[in-house]
Amino acid sequence: MGWRLPLRTALWTLRGKQPKATADMVRELSHRREVYSAVPCHLHIFPILKRLQSSEPERACSQNMDEEMNDFMGRKVSYSSQMCFIPEESTNSVPCYRLLSTHGDLLDPSSINELDKELCIEMYRKMVTLQVMDTIFYDAQRQGRISFYVTTIGEEAINIGSAAALNATDVVFSQYREPGVLMWRGFTLQQFANQCYGNEYDLGKGRQMPVHYGSNELNYLTVSSPIATQVPQAVGAAYGLKMDKKDACAVTYFGDGGTSEGDFHAGMNFAAVLGAPVLFICRNNGWAISTPTSEQFRSDGVAIKGQAYGVRSIRVDGNDALAVYFAVKNARKMAVEEFRPILIEALTYRVGHHSTSDDSSKYRSVDEIEYWRTRRDPVARLRMFLQSNRWWDDENEDLLRQDLRTQMMSVLHNAESKKKPGLSNLFEDVYDVIPQNLKEQEQETQAIVGKYPKDYPSDVPLD
Amino acid sequence: MAISFMACHALAGTQSNINSTIYCPSRHQPLVSGRLDVRRICVSMRAAAEKGHTSAASLPGIPRASKLITSAVAAKSEATTSSPSTKPGHEVLLFEALQEGLEEEMEKDPRVCVMGEDVGHYGGSYKVTKGLAEKFGDLRVLDTPIAENSFTGMAIGAAMTGLRPIVEGMNMGFLLLAYNQISNNCGMLHYTSGGQFTIPIVIRGPGGVGRQLGAEHSQRLESYFQSVPGLQMVACSTPYNAKGLMKAAIRSENPVILYEHVLLYNLKERIPDEDYTCCLEKAELVRPGKDVTILTYSRMRHHVLQAAKTLINNGYDPEIIDIISLKPFDLYTIGNSIKKTHRVLIVEECMRTGGIGASLRSSIIDNFWDYLDAPIMCLSSQDVPTPYAGPLEDATVVQPPQIVKAVEQLCQ
Repeated sequence: MGWRLPLRTALWTLRGKQPKATADMVRELSHRREVYSAVPCHLHIFPILKRLQSSEPERACSQNMDEEMNDFMGRKVSYSSQMCFIPEESTNSVPCYRLLSTHGDLLDPSSINELDKELCIEMYRKMVTLQVMDTIFYDAQRQGRISFYVTTIGEEAINIGSAAALNATDVVFSQYREPGVLMWRGFTLQQFANQCYGNEYDLGKGRQMPVHYGSNELNYLTVSSPIATQVPQAVGAAYGLKMDKKDACAVTYFGDGGTSEGDFHAGMNFAAVLGAPVLFICRNNGWAISTPTSEQFRSDGVAIKGQAYGVRSIRVDGNDALAVYFAVKNARKMAVEEFRPILIEALTYRVGHHSTSDDSSKYRSVDEIEYWRTRRDPVARLRMFLQSNRWWDDENEDLLRQDLRTQMMSVLHNAESKKKPGLSNLFEDVYDVIPQNLKEQEQETQAIVGKYPKDYPSDVPLD
Repeated sequence: MAISFMACHALAGTQSNINSTIYCPSRHQPLVSGRLDVRRICVSMRAAAEKGHTSAASLPGIPRASKLITSAVAAKSEATTSSPSTKPGHEVLLFEALQEGLEEEMEKDPRVCVMGEDVGHYGGSYKVTKGLAEKFGDLRVLDTPIAENSFTGMAIGAAMTGLRPIVEGMNMGFLLLAYNQISNNCGMLHYTSGGQFTIPIVIRGPGGVGRQLGAEHSQRLESYFQSVPGLQMVACSTPYNAKGLMKAAIRSENPVILYEHVLLYNLKERIPDEDYTCCLEKAELVRPGKDVTILTYSRMRHHVLQAAKTLINNGYDPEIIDIISLKPFDLYTIGNSIKKTHRVLIVEECMRTGGIGASLRSSIIDNFWDYLDAPIMCLSSQDVPTPYAGPLEDATVVQPPQIVKAVEQLCQ
C-alpha cells in the first residue's frame, strides 16, 4: 500500500468522498492514472460553471463529478492513438444556399406558394430605388456636387433582402455599404440627399461624410467608418436586449475585409460566450479596396469561421434576394428564441469601385467587372423571376425608373439649395451641455469668421 | 469657521445668478479674509436640475482642514471648525467607497451594468466590484474575455441602445487596446450622429505608477486620452471624492473616464452615510493659502500634502488645489486661486511631454497671464518608461522634497 495510500486518500478527499481502503479502489485508481495521466490534474477538480445566463443571482451548477475525467472544457473529448491533423481545408467547401437560379428561375418551383407576391414586388422596387439612387449620387459626386460617395451596386439583394426579414425594432450596426437597410425602414431619398450634402436638415447636422447615415427613430446606428468597430458594439446592444428579454435582435454588417479585424474575432467570440441574440451578416464581395479575398484569408470564406467560435453559420447566395430574405428570417428567429448569435456569409460581388476615391480598374480587369454587372446583377435576377411569374412587366419597370430619376433630381436640387448648419453646430453635442472652454472657442471662432468673412464659405451662417 | 450647509446655500443663492436650488459646494467652505468664496454652479448640476433629476448636492461632512494640518502654523481660515453634519458617517477604504458608489447606483437604476475582466465572480482585481455579481447576477456584472476592444465596443453599443455600462480596465494601460473604440466611437458618436445617440458610459480603472509593476502597467492614460473630443475625464484621490465622482460619472450623459490610482485603494477616510455626488467639472480646494497655488491630482495630491507640512513649518502658506476634473479644467477655481497667489506650481505624475501639466500650463497662460508673477513651474515624471527597480522607479515619480524645493524657488 505504501506510497499509494496518501495518493489515494488525497484524490478521494479532493473529490469529496471518504477514502476506503479496498484493493479494488486502489486498482481502479492506478488504472485511471495510467489512462488519464496525460491529462493535467487540475482539470479534473474544478467543475465547469454555467454562467452568464441571467441578471438574477444564480448558483453556478457543476457537472457530475464522475464524468469529469472524460471532459475538457465542458465537452467530451475522445482519445485516439492515431495521430491525425485536421486539414487546413475540407474537401467540400461550405455549400451556398440559393432559391433562384442565375436567370431568376425558382430552383424548387413548388416553393412559390411560400412567397408573398406583394413583399417580393416591394423588395424589387426598393432594390431598383437603391440602384438608381446610387447611380445618381455617384454621378453627382463626379460632377462635384457632393464630395464623396460609396455605392452599393451589386449588393442590393443583401441590403433589401436582409432588411425585409428584420423587424423595425431590431437594432442595426452597419459598415457603410448598407443604405438599403435604412431605405427599407423608411429613410427617404430626400433624407439621404440631405445627409450627403450635410445641410441643416441632415440628422447628423453636417458632421459626417456622405454615406454616414444614422437614425435613432429607425434603429439604425450612425455609421462610423473604422472597419469592424460596429461588431462588438452590436454584441453590446444584444447584451442589453438579452437582459431586458426583448423580442428583438442586434444586426451587424461588415465586409470580407472586416473579418480580418481584431474586433470581428472579439465580437464573435464574446457573442458566442454570452449567448447574445445578434446576427453577423458578412457581405463577402470579393474585394477590400484592392485586396482580393485570396489575400484576405486562407480559410474557406467566412462561414467556416463560425464554428471556430461556436457560432451557427450559413453561406448564402448574396445576389439572390429571396435566399437572403429567408436565411435572415430564420437566423433572426433562432437568435431571438434561442439566445444565440448567427453568422451569415452572403457571397456577392462589389461591382462599383470601393468609393468615389477609388478606380478599381487599376487592380481588377474591366471584363470581370462588366461580367458581374451585366450577367450576375441581383436586381435583374429578381426582375426575371417577377416577370416570369407575371408579377411585373416592362411598363412597370420604365415607369418606376423614370419616376425615380425625376424624384432624385428634385431631391438633389432641394438638398443643394438648403442652408448649411450654422457655426454653433460645430460646438454642440460634443457633450450634453456645452462646457465653458468650448463656449470660449465658439466665441473666438465667431469673431474670426465675422471679421474675415471673405476667407470663409459664404453659405455657413454665423449663428 | 465652516459655514453651515444651509447658510452657504442661502448666501450662494443671493450672491450669484443661480436660478436652481441645487448646487454642489465643495467640502471646504472656508472664509478667506472675510469674503465668501462663492461656488460656481456646475454645468452638469444645473443641467441635472433642469432635467428634473434627483438632488445631487453633496453635504459637507467633517471638514478636511482639521485633519490635514499637523503643524501649529495653520491658516486662519481653517481654524476650529464646527461640523455642520449631525451624522457620524462611516469609515471606508477607497476601493470600498468606489464599490459603495457603484452598488448604490446599480440598485437605483436597473440600466447600470458593469463589464470587464474578472469583475464578476472574482470581484475585480482590486476588489472594487466585490460582491456585486452575487447581488445583481452575473449578466449584469459581466466577466468578459480578454479583449479590451471587444468589451469597450460592447459597452458603447449597449450605451447607445439604452444601458449605462461601466467598463473596468484591469489596468488603465490595457485600455490602449480599446483606443480605437474610445476615440472613434465613444468620443465621437454623440456628435457625428447629430445628438441622436448618447453614450453614457463610464470607463474606469487603476493607473499611474505603482510599486514595481513594470513599465507596461505604470502608464498615465490621462495624457493619451486628454485630446479626444467628447470625453470627460476625472481623477479621484480620496474615498470621499472617489464615491462622489463614481456616482456622478454614472449619472452623467457624457462618456466619463474615471482615473483611479493603484496605490490609493487602501486610503481610509470617514465618508457621509447620505447619498452624495461630487461635481465632475469642479476642482477641490484642499488647503487655502496665499503664497503659491499648487495644482495637482490623484496620488500626487498626497505627496503635495506631505510636502506642505514641511513648507508650513518653514513659514510658507501654499494653496493646494486638487484639480479633480482633468477634462475640462475647472479654470474658475484655478483662476481665483491664481488671482490671489500669482504663482503656480503644477505637480503631476504624467510625463513631461504631452501630459496634463503641459495642457494645464497652456490653459493658464492663455487665461491668466496677467496675474502671474513668475513662470509656471511644472513637476512631472521624466519622459522614460517606468523602470522596475525600486529606487529608479522612485526617481521617476515626483517626491515631496522636490515639491518643497520648487515652492521655495518659486517664492523667492
